[in-house]
Amino acid sequence: MQTFEDEPLVLGDVSLRSRLLVGTGKYASFEETARALEISGTQLVTVAVRRVNLDREQGPSLLDHIDRSRYEILPNTAGCYDAASAIRTAHLARELLGTKLVKLEVLGDEKTLLPDPVGTLEATRELVAEDFDVLVYCSDDPRLAVRLEEAGATSVMPAGSPIGSGQGVLNPNAIRITLELVSCPVIVDAGVGTASDVALAMELGADGVLLNTGIAGARDPLRMAAAMRDACTAGRNARLAGRIERRLYANASSPTEGVIGSR
Amino acid sequence: MIISINGERREVREDLTVGDLIADLGLAPEQVAVERNGALVPRARHGATRLAPDDALELVTLVGGG
Repeated sequence: MQTFEDEPLVLGDVSLRSRLLVGTGKYASFEETARALEISGTQLVTVAVRRVNLDREQGPSLLDHIDRSRYEILPNTAGCYDAASAIRTAHLARELLGTKLVKLEVLGDEKTLLPDPVGTLEATRELVAEDFDVLVYCSDDPRLAVRLEEAGATSVMPAGSPIGSGQGVLNPNAIRITLELVSCPVIVDAGVGTASDVALAMELGADGVLLNTGIAGARDPLRMAAAMRDACTAGRNARLAGRIERRLYANASSPTEGVIGSR
Repeated sequence: MIISINGERREVREDLTVGDLIADLGLAPEQVAVERNGALVPRARHGATRLAPDDALELVTLVGGG
């Protein structure tokens, strides 16, 4: 099978060949998580920081099932609704993993899980000052993306649609404008429901796609992991190949000359 | 003395260090990060950090997430 050269996706000190970033939440088991990650071809996986459950015997941990020589680990600040708790969570994550990378989430409310733009910008500034490489989950607002890049974000990660909603990329225009306005990597994060959503994001020119529920929540997560992997490659290749113009009328594929019976 | 661990009040012995507490709870030190009264306690200081009455601790680890 012919494959084509591509430049790596560079996020801080990390260089990735796969442009699919995959979350580790909501799988049926750690074994299924590990298998889905492997099939997806991802090289960067996200994890969350949570209180240790002290009422339960300590069983195996997620990290026992993630080969750190194979995957970069991106801790998130999911569940934080203000800049201060996101910053505290980032400190704890760095302590656990020893990595500078953090996926910053400062959310507005529990129903929409939409990012709070002001808190997100505030936390970005602080974490950048503390030498984190900050990948910022943000709303699909191109001007906010510019402000985040100015604040030192390593990557801006606009939501295609609300987290876990499976609605895909609802505002492709906003993603396209964001891509025009910023020079840091733009990763479409959240809302991916199926393979075509990934392909569309990559065709728009996104540098990567981050998803979790789209795989973990599928009826057959392993098969969906394969679909997402292929869609990411397909969309990226289509982008680099340069699509044809959209036209209103037809443009024959076969020669218009030499048709029998013509005069 | 009484301290708070992950939002729950607990009775612990006097003169306890963060390192002692992690061991007493049966946790693997490399899988736990500790915050005391809102500030991170780096692992290298677990052994030297003595807890005081009414301390509020957060003991966290990594779990699956997106």
